[in-house]
Amino acid sequence: MAGRRARRWHIGVFLAPAVLVYTAIMIVPLLGTLNLSLFARGEEGRVFVGLANFATLFGDPRWSGAFWNALGNNAWFFLIHMLVQNPVGVALAALLSAPRLRMAAFYRTAIFVPTILSFVIVGFVWKLILSPLWGIAPGMLDGIGLRSLFAPWLGREEYALTTLALISVWQFVGIPMMLIYAALLSIPDEVIEAAEIDGITGWSQFRKIKLPLILPAIGIISILTFVGNFNAFDLIYVSQGALAGPDFSTDILGTFLYRTFFGFQLQLGDPHMGAAIATAMFAIILAGVCVYLFGIQRRLRRYQF
Amino acid sequence: MTRTLRLALLASTVLAGASLGSAAAAQDVTLTIESWRNDDLQIWQDTIIPAFEAANPGIGVVFAPTAPAEYNAILNSKLDAGSAGDLITCRPFDASLELFNSDKLADLTDLAAMENFSDVAKSAWQTDDGASTFCVPLASVIHGFMYNRTAFDELGLEPPATMDEFYTLLDAIQEDGTYIPMAMGSADQWEAATMGYQNIGPTFWKGEEGRRALIAGEQSLTDEGWVEPFRHLARWGAYLGEGFEAQTYPDSQNLFTLGRAAIYPAGSWEIGVFTPQIDGAFEMGAFPPPVMAEGGTCYISDHTDIALGLNAASPNADAARTFLEWVGSAEFATLYANALPGFFSLNSAPVEMEDPLAQEFVGWRESCEPTIRSTYQILSRGTPNLENETWNASANVLAGTETPEDAAARLQEGLASWYEPQQ
Repeated sequence: MAGRRARRWHIGVFLAPAVLVYTAIMIVPLLGTLNLSLFARGEEGRVFVGLANFATLFGDPRWSGAFWNALGNNAWFFLIHMLVQNPVGVALAALLSAPRLRMAAFYRTAIFVPTILSFVIVGFVWKLILSPLWGIAPGMLDGIGLRSLFAPWLGREEYALTTLALISVWQFVGIPMMLIYAALLSIPDEVIEAAEIDGITGWSQFRKIKLPLILPAIGIISILTFVGNFNAFDLIYVSQGALAGPDFSTDILGTFLYRTFFGFQLQLGDPHMGAAIATAMFAIILAGVCVYLFGIQRRLRRYQF
Repeated sequence: MTRTLRLALLASTVLAGASLGSAAAAQDVTLTIESWRNDDLQIWQDTIIPAFEAANPGIGVVFAPTAPAEYNAILNSKLDAGSAGDLITCRPFDASLELFNSDKLADLTDLAAMENFSDVAKSAWQTDDGASTFCVPLASVIHGFMYNRTAFDELGLEPPATMDEFYTLLDAIQEDGTYIPMAMGSADQWEAATMGYQNIGPTFWKGEEGRRALIAGEQSLTDEGWVEPFRHLARWGAYLGEGFEAQTYPDSQNLFTLGRAAIYPAGSWEIGVFTPQIDGAFEMGAFPPPVMAEGGTCYISDHTDIALGLNAASPNADAARTFLEWVGSAEFATLYANALPGFFSLNSAPVEMEDPLAQEFVGWRESCEPTIRSTYQILSRGTPNLENETWNASANVLAGTETPEDAAARLQEGLASWYEPQQ
């Protein structure tokens, strides 16, 4: 082929809408937040303070105490999701894909429905279910003779965060289930048949044949869970309020950011410290995603059929 | 294309004009009120606004409240964005002072109606030197205890006068077992702080005397007068319903209005909420915070709580000032105090109130020493915010997860970290 290659202008044209919209509503606000965190409110409007907000956030014992508390709670929130939501999701998907299961479509829908409910509804309904005054939880436990196990879970420092994490798991278990279910369905029958001919069935078939084939899907789910959890806010805010009680035991980065940025009751909002927290959250999530991308995803072996 | 559009616009204008009728045409200006009192929406719409509009044709008023907990955050964002309403409902002291200092609220010192208010009434919405007033005081709220009189009669009990009698009473109700002695939860935190600590506290820190001494740095939060209310809160836990740690403010309200709890540590604003809810199922009574010992002085929290200011950026400032002049009038005071029993007018003109419970509350102004909530003036200017910290500490103490002494020490440390007179 002689001469210059034709300009492939259509690539730019087709990319433009997505790039423009994404830039306008994601990149620009993100840079705006980073910029905001470098300023503080001074006598005359806002003044540039460099990294002073971050020095306060990590150096001042009060700010750093609140930050590490929120980060620790957030890590626990994530851990519960990883230990409960994702294994349960995988197990449900494996059960659903069993060929002899009746009413699979019904189960699939029923388990997925909470995912599309609003946080407000989920938070409110669970708060009512678990209420020591009006809830059905004490009555149900009483019915099976385990009334003594009941506690006002959402009001106790030691249980509140775990309870909320499990509520969130209940709500979102449908997502890993669906993704894994799709991955399981995409395994060709020949592979399964070959395994059966070799005498590998049941549990060992799942562990040795199916699990390696769905590992990439599990990886994607893990990273989605990570990003979702570290950006979480709604459920805590709806059920425990912005003060994330009792005694900040359910305070996660999202509620900490909200309180700081917008203020609460007599505490006035501080957009600059808020932006500093948002930046720290962004860095944490970015670091987590990078660890996943470079440390895990590249080592995952993919099979093509 | 253009023609079609024009036709469509014309058609819609005609339709809208026809459907709204002459009322819309007569209203030249519409004022919007920002407020956190979403419970009062109906009263503003049905009673207060029509009374104003009837007297002032040409000015329409819209009451647009948001949820109480989000009010400050939403209001600040709206003011920054320039989308806030013309009239701003003012929180007392620093939250509003900050808005005035950043030129978000207009100076209303020259408003003629300001003469109708005493200096004490205005103090919550003035600059520290008292030179400028920026909100027209609406009402104060009084703390105390409401009780189920029908239940008291049934059990043969009397409202207590002293703290010792108070606990004897609680023990008696608990022993009987029919009623939960007291309705309060620690889940919403502010309930424990506002209806608990700020309710009984003035008795121990001697009202204004202690409050001013704290501001001046002569007393500290670890002094007996400030720790003692926490010790009482710690005792209350035993008399609350099972699982009170997860009991929210609406839960407590319901426990009392459904007749399951005998005593409710209250703010007077509940009168207007409870009366229709109880609807005659039982009789309500009220008693002021018990005194320390027989014959002691009683103190009440008579907190200047709510006022109305003018958005400095309002394009309808003249109409808004007309409205504010009316809000400062005796006519409004009577209308408001009777439409919202439990919100006591701050107007100097005496107001006739019909509600017997509201009369009971307001009667304590004569027999007790009034003060305002200790954390509101000046002491919540810094970070950590004393008011918000007090919520957390009160809830912890009530739930028994922090000792009164530790809680007080933590509050003092937080206050001293930024407030010079306490250092």
